[in-house]
Amino acid sequence: MRETPLVQGIKYTTLFFFTFIFLYPIFLMIVSSFKTNMEIFTSPLSLPESLTFENYVEVWNVVRFSDYIWNSIFVSGMSVFIVLFVSSMAGYYLSRYSFKWNGFILFFFMIGLMLPMKLAIIPLYILMLNLNLVDTLWALIFTYVAGGIPFAVFIFYGFFRTVPRAIEESAKLDGCNEFQVYYRIVLPIMKPAISIVGIVNLVNVWNDFFFPLIFIRTDSLSTIPLGMLTLFGEYDTQWNLLFAGLTISSLPMIIAFLFASRTFMEGLTSGATK
Amino acid sequence: METEMKVNRNTTAKTVKKKKKGKYKKHLVHLFLLPAVLLYGVFQLFPLITAALNSFYSWNGFTRDSFVGVDNFITLFTQDPYRQFFFNAFQHNWIYFFVTVLTQLVIAFILAVIIYGSVKGKAFFKAAFFLPKLLSVIVIGFLFSLILNPTRGALNTLLETIGLGMLARPWLGSTDTALYSIIFVDSWASIGFTMLIFLAGLQAIDSEVFEAARIDGANRFVLTTRIMLPLMLPSVMVMSVLTFISSFEAFEYVFAMQGSSGGPYYSTDVLAVFFYRLAFGTVDGGQAVGVGSALAVVLFFIIAVATSIILLYFKRKDFDR
Repeated sequence: MRETPLVQGIKYTTLFFFTFIFLYPIFLMIVSSFKTNMEIFTSPLSLPESLTFENYVEVWNVVRFSDYIWNSIFVSGMSVFIVLFVSSMAGYYLSRYSFKWNGFILFFFMIGLMLPMKLAIIPLYILMLNLNLVDTLWALIFTYVAGGIPFAVFIFYGFFRTVPRAIEESAKLDGCNEFQVYYRIVLPIMKPAISIVGIVNLVNVWNDFFFPLIFIRTDSLSTIPLGMLTLFGEYDTQWNLLFAGLTISSLPMIIAFLFASRTFMEGLTSGATK
Repeated sequence: METEMKVNRNTTAKTVKKKKKGKYKKHLVHLFLLPAVLLYGVFQLFPLITAALNSFYSWNGFTRDSFVGVDNFITLFTQDPYRQFFFNAFQHNWIYFFVTVLTQLVIAFILAVIIYGSVKGKAFFKAAFFLPKLLSVIVIGFLFSLILNPTRGALNTLLETIGLGMLARPWLGSTDTALYSIIFVDSWASIGFTMLIFLAGLQAIDSEVFEAARIDGANRFVLTTRIMLPLMLPSVMVMSVLTFISSFEAFEYVFAMQGSSGGPYYSTDVLAVFFYRLAFGTVDGGQAVGVGSALAVVLFFIIAVATSIILLYFKRKDFDR
């Protein structure tokens, strides 16, 4: 359909208006992190007078940012790795070996997809108390792994069903056992599924605030999102530090997104509809 | 088929020893499933089931006391202040849902239709709209609590700069605007995501349908409302149910911007925040794990009903194929 200049104009105006709406708050956050507290107070919208990293140095010193970052990396890395490892094995098993309980096991995993884990927080907290895991990073890792498994199993199950068995069978005839077939032959063809599951879990775990809020008491064991609560509690009038803290927190994801925006968008949207 | 083949191989094997080894290996295969079942069973399914049972007991702190039947539910629905808190928050969850559908889904739909058409820079716009989704909810909440600050915040300053100073107000500090401000912040973060879902829905429609309508002389408005919208109804419905679920799980934005009491004066209190206070804070002078567990069951029920609608829908779609 031919479009009049007016229609084209309306389209682009709408798009640029919303681009402004979505990007300006993030831009403002980054720009303000270079200002002094006084500058933010007197002229919140202007660009910084000079580009200094003083706020970053100070925020790094006043709260345990290096601990927060390390904890976040450790928890996300372990959780994503364990989810990928155990779910790919389970998905492979369910798609390749048919026993009479396969249907039951798929249903068993499906319950977890349907019900939000946050609402089971009281028994989960008591369980972690009994296991002496409260106020340890392992409480978070076990929670995220358990929460990530159902979705991951379904994605892997779906993918494995599309991989022809002939490949594996010929490998078996060549003398590979089940585990070798799995690691040498099957896993390498699974890259799309791995990236979907990996990204969905990484974004969820890295950004989660709820479970650290419940499980972590010690400041040095905080993840980045929980560390933000500490920062905002103690330095609520020093906005230069707050903006710097928020920027450090979001920068890793923003940079990762700039490099792999398509993978992120495809991964996260398929996470919602499958 | 798999097992058949293995049986064949085993029977052709010459020694009994080899047969035994084959059988042993076959059982080893179950190890593939075990870690996932154990981790998920212990840390998710077991807590989920226990959560339901817990609501029928009285509690002393985090220690389960005695069986009390449905007393916790009766307390939640009939006894003040629990009753007041529950219905106040319940109402806010519904507002949360309706306003989110109106803002988020409508804007996302319009943006999806525009990007589906002929525009340059599709990749850029998609990425720009999606970017907020990658930030932590708590970071977004805190960022907007600064932006919406009545005296120092960027929004009120911006309004004054462009001559709309009369619109400036304490967005998060007034009971009239606080809940809506939070819902808009939530929408800000999620529109790009919803738009991508709608765009995928549009791209799945056979473009010949649009061609045919154009040849029949349908104008742009008719094309969008009479052709696109009905064909997009599945995606719209799925997103509505997902929005419903997220509205009844809403917690972080309220917690980040208004704290655990859903201030000012409980005007932004929602069920998940009330649940948090019952379990980990104080309501009516003490912790109330029993009533909290009852509330969790009520929320489970609401969300399970919504989820089964989605599942039923997808099952029917599979059946139609």
